[in-house]
Amino acid sequence: MGILSKKDAALLKDPFADNNPITIQVLGICSALAITAELEASIVMSISVLFVMGVGNVVISLIRNIIPSKIRIIVQLVVVATLVIIVDQVLKAYAYELSKTLGAFIGLIITNCIIMGRFEAFALGNGPWRSFLDGIGNAVGYAVILIIVGFFRELLGSGTLLGFPVLGDPIAKTGLYAIGYENNGFMLLSPMALIVVGIIIWIQRSRNKALIED
Amino acid sequence: MEKRTDKNSYTVIFAVGMVLVVGALLAFLASYLKPTITENRRLEKQQNILYVLGVNENDESSAVFVSADKAPEAFSENVKEQLVLTIDSNGKITKTQTRDDYFKETNKEPYLIDVKKEQDKAKNGESRKLPLFVGENKEGKTVYVAPIYGKGLWDAIWGYVAIDEDMIVRGTYFDHKGETAGLGANIKQRYFMDDFYGEHLLTKAGVFKGITVAKGNADPLNKDKTDNEVDAIAGATITGDGVSAMIKKDLRLYKPYFDNLKNN
Repeated sequence: MGILSKKDAALLKDPFADNNPITIQVLGICSALAITAELEASIVMSISVLFVMGVGNVVISLIRNIIPSKIRIIVQLVVVATLVIIVDQVLKAYAYELSKTLGAFIGLIITNCIIMGRFEAFALGNGPWRSFLDGIGNAVGYAVILIIVGFFRELLGSGTLLGFPVLGDPIAKTGLYAIGYENNGFMLLSPMALIVVGIIIWIQRSRNKALIED
Repeated sequence: MEKRTDKNSYTVIFAVGMVLVVGALLAFLASYLKPTITENRRLEKQQNILYVLGVNENDESSAVFVSADKAPEAFSENVKEQLVLTIDSNGKITKTQTRDDYFKETNKEPYLIDVKKEQDKAKNGESRKLPLFVGENKEGKTVYVAPIYGKGLWDAIWGYVAIDEDMIVRGTYFDHKGETAGLGANIKQRYFMDDFYGEHLLTKAGVFKGITVAKGNADPLNKDKTDNEVDAIAGATITGDGVSAMIKKDLRLYKPYFDNLKNN
């Protein structure tokens, strides 16, 4: 990353692991539960959040000196909501198929606490370029966890990945199912997302003891 | 010293200004994009109807519509007639119009009839319109496509069902607004929709029973087409019940039409 200073590179890299928004900051848990039953949904959500985080952080950062502090949360909410509506409308007009896949998630983006969290914690106090990097970094950190969780939930719950049957046909009993393997329908339910996230947190903290709080 | 941005007057002015700017921006965008969005929705309805008529680009396991630019041509080619039935509050058909008659009267295309609005009319005890699209399936058999509309777990679900004159299902398409991905959202997956093919809506005695999305119906491969049941999706009980309910409620209304058809 020659073009980035060390500090800027850290903005991109830290949320990826040691300051991950989900496993360390524990933000964005609700959407991590709601949409990770399928890998595809996880990926689509990740891309949407990446966009809104990047642009939103820049917008907030640009107007940070004129936002009245008393209503700053409302202003942040308006910025997210506006961005989300614009994305939604433009997709509906020019990429209708895609907008149908995204439909359910667009609304969820507004409620994603990572976005508000980064606006409040970072964009309000930093310049646009650094805010942009922070937004992208956190969105990627979020995406990594979402995709890991989605991968395991779809694989163990439905026996498919991106809708493609990788373990054989559960009804015709081919592949793994021929030797008595069964899909674990429990994996499709939201609580299992929490358990998977919990396991990720466990692994992460046992590898890096510095992350363990007292 | 108090910062300029902490003053109440500044806060109020900022809030008003923000609302005006954002409001104007969104209003402009919405009215600018509206015609394109309406057009997309219109083409989607055509694609849905064509899909259940078997005019689609399905591969082995996924559901693919004909492309939007080909839809209008395919629609006029494959949909032979768009009937509009008027039924009164007792479920009796009082009028059957062809597409041209209906268009003359209302200046609207029958396939754009809003099923939800018609359901609301029926709830208020008024007569309602039922669109029915007549076409041919791949085997050259005449099939009738009816729209259905209901509610799932989170929001609206809807679909189109193609049936033949014996009220046997010859094609289905389901869609939803916001069912859970991986669970209820799977009603638009091929493995679920294709299960309905060949299912009977009537019992053997000819009474309307609908099709129930049933859990543990001991027929997961769906070999028995006359049990009025298809296998449910695990973890999507309420969405599945919604599908059963809308099939039962909306397709029942067409029963008198098919009775007439057989008697004549």
